[in-house]
Amino acid sequence: MDVTLHVWRQKSAADRGRFVRYEARNISPDMSFLEMFDVVNEGLIARGEDPIAFDHDCREGICGTCGMVINGVAHGPRRGTTVCQLHLRSFRDGDTITVEPWRARPFPVIKDLVVDRGAFDRIIQAGGFISVPTGSAPDANAIPIPKPDADLAMDAASCIGCGACVAACPNGAAMLFTAAKVSHLGLLPQGQPERRQRVRQMVVAMDREGFGSCTNYAECEAVCPKAISIRFIARMNRDYLKASLME
Amino acid sequence: MELRASVPSGPVEQKWDNHRFEMKLVSPANKRKYTILVVGSGLAGASAAASLAELGYNVTCFCYQDSPRRAHSIAAQGGINAAKNYRNDGDSVFRLFYDTIKGGDYRAREANVYRLAQLSVNIIDQCVAQGVPFAREYGGLLDNRSFGGAQVSRTFYARGQTGQQLLLGAYSALSRQVGLGRVAMYPRHEMLDLVVIDGKTRGVVVRDMVTGQIESHAGDAVVLGTGGYSNVFYLSTNAKGCNATAIWRAYKRGAAMANPSFTQIHPTCIPVSGDHQSKLTLMSESLRNDGRIWVPQQKGDTRPPDRIPEAERDYYLERRYPAFGNLVPRDVASRAAKAVCDEGFGVGPGGLGVYLDLTDAIKRLGEQVIRERYGNLFEMYERITGENPYERPMRIYPAVHYTMGGLWVDYNLMSTIDGLYVIGEANFSDHGANRLGASALMQGLADGYFILPATIGDYLARTKQEKLDPSHSAFRRVEAEVTERTKRLLAIRGKRTVDSFHREFGRLMWEYCGMSRNVQGLQVALEKIPALRAEFWENVNVLGANEELNQSLEKAGRVADFFEFAELMCHDALERAESCGCHFREEYQTPDGEALRDDADFAHVAAWEFAGVDNPPILHKESLAFQYVSLTQRSYK
Repeated sequence: MDVTLHVWRQKSAADRGRFVRYEARNISPDMSFLEMFDVVNEGLIARGEDPIAFDHDCREGICGTCGMVINGVAHGPRRGTTVCQLHLRSFRDGDTITVEPWRARPFPVIKDLVVDRGAFDRIIQAGGFISVPTGSAPDANAIPIPKPDADLAMDAASCIGCGACVAACPNGAAMLFTAAKVSHLGLLPQGQPERRQRVRQMVVAMDREGFGSCTNYAECEAVCPKAISIRFIARMNRDYLKASLME
Repeated sequence: MELRASVPSGPVEQKWDNHRFEMKLVSPANKRKYTILVVGSGLAGASAAASLAELGYNVTCFCYQDSPRRAHSIAAQGGINAAKNYRNDGDSVFRLFYDTIKGGDYRAREANVYRLAQLSVNIIDQCVAQGVPFAREYGGLLDNRSFGGAQVSRTFYARGQTGQQLLLGAYSALSRQVGLGRVAMYPRHEMLDLVVIDGKTRGVVVRDMVTGQIESHAGDAVVLGTGGYSNVFYLSTNAKGCNATAIWRAYKRGAAMANPSFTQIHPTCIPVSGDHQSKLTLMSESLRNDGRIWVPQQKGDTRPPDRIPEAERDYYLERRYPAFGNLVPRDVASRAAKAVCDEGFGVGPGGLGVYLDLTDAIKRLGEQVIRERYGNLFEMYERITGENPYERPMRIYPAVHYTMGGLWVDYNLMSTIDGLYVIGEANFSDHGANRLGASALMQGLADGYFILPATIGDYLARTKQEKLDPSHSAFRRVEAEVTERTKRLLAIRGKRTVDSFHREFGRLMWEYCGMSRNVQGLQVALEKIPALRAEFWENVNVLGANEELNQSLEKAGRVADFFEFAELMCHDALERAESCGCHFREEYQTPDGEALRDDADFAHVAAWEFAGVDNPPILHKESLAFQYVSLTQRSYK
């Protein structure tokens, strides 16, 4: 099949950036979207043109490195799918496809489709952990955890930190990302001692990075490759309110 | 070069405890005077960096990813072993030790493996306390499952995302230390060389992958947790960025490389769909617990699988290995799949696939239970192939997945260079010639949380060395070498892309040094690789400059190192004139086609010393003595 691509090219953070048109010819529907980029890049290198920079690593939907906005949708048209797991069979022969980087002020573009998501790491550093130095843990079965709680915590913990939620949010909010971690740890008995402090510090960090607020568009949930529910945002808001009142 | 394994004396079950008492300690007030550089932020690297910082050391940690949370440990699916015996099914530390030694086909060091089994129980405790959401029973206690090659249920898991959850646990511990200012974290930094001064490791030279700046970092010890080298085959289940550069540069600076030919082929991967394939995807072999593997009895049978009646299917693993059936170890399962496909019984494109069929399990347990256990794997399969595994058996084929070989380390995890420690998949230590399922996560975390933080203190306490800063002439020299090499790669401007070279020589390695090897093939590889390497240095086309984000340049540097690494692998495979574990030499097999070990001549670790790029490497042997496990031929029949 053949597709026409309009890809965002930007040499560096300082460059203004622009769309450039590329033709991808004779590609297979069994190719992943990123494999199509590999093919386009091989062609560009052969012509002596700078290949398109894009982030990717595991190519199996778990590392959270890849991310492209495809025709206006973070990670493209397939629900619950990272762009590395998106295949060209999701497109039609002759399609025109627009590809952009995540766009959000806290995620500055480094080059082309590569952005800096260091802000996410700093939110976790502010409180996304349980303080348990190596060696100080009790026996693993000492604290029974009801299966529904453990399962719900796992739902939240499945976040891959890709940043699609931010890219999709009209406010550029990182609420789904932050709420997923707050809920994962807050649902477990081990996470209780630091529960209030955690939510406060993480929300402060989120604001400090310049992420927006949640106004319930729910675009984040729609694009989340792990289908994380916005109910976790409500949960975080409750936790935050309680923590603030008890401060 | 002398290989001193430094295994403590005494009975195996007391070695680690005795050693911990005998090791020197660094006083709490002095710890902050030491700087430890950790390269890699996977399970081993992140857990080590976090634990060292908790102890009070200054830690600097580097990773090539944009965040330490993305290291490739994240992709491990199935689970992590621990000898908790929560199932009351006869497990024990000794049994896990025994299974690991046997599974590794008697090519691992007993003392290390015993320690690993002992620490396995502490790892689970630590991870649960961090909030890792392991699967639980309705009573609230931890669930277990049995996993490839084990007859007890000792595997802990978090859906099909165990590696992710364990890594996020280690990452959260690391993040806490970064937030406290005790770890300086450098993402998007790639180690390009090691700095050794007067026989002691004193630092690393790294490249900032955004600006291209070449930077030196000095420390009192360096820890490599940089993972395995499966990408030497181009197609593997590793992440695209996984590379051997850090361990290769360490090798060229004097660290011995052990058993590089020991590479594991994972039996349950999604088959290749075409030439565009950029990587292979593994599906957890936990699927083999409930799945049955078969091919049609008739060669070239093109009927859809549900049209092939039971009587016309060959459940070849159950037939050949009645005791273990579909749960035989990885190497056995992989070779059996290759054998049936080579004979023409394979299914799917090119006949390179066998069926992994969960129909019986769905009937027995219901779709809901199967969805809970394997839902995410089924989804992954459906995404990649466009086929629905609830309705149609999956097709699988073996793929390179894990490398047991790596830098040689002693009992303390120190390489042959003083002050250079190697942890996780990057070292060779615990899995012998074949790794058991759910043991990689265990080893990475045992090294990082518990072993290294203890042993490195002993080294620091015993070693007097002056403080250095990166302006020292030795750093300047290495920086100049690194810069020169980068310039050279950018100046070639030939006609072929880096990927085209990598693909070509990856195929060569798969063909001649892959699932089975023979002397002729290895000799062919040893002629072809240097020729292709020479062409690479004359004809590769790396565009752009060093002073920018340049992904072609990153790849070129890694592929250049893989070229050299591949040759060493072939030397090692050629030298080891026996079959053991994953290393199958066609000349050495039993009449029914199983691996034939030669314990008289090869019960040793082959540790190679660098002697110049165009000279053959020098072989050193660490002989392996087995006092607690008697050597038998592995039999899973």
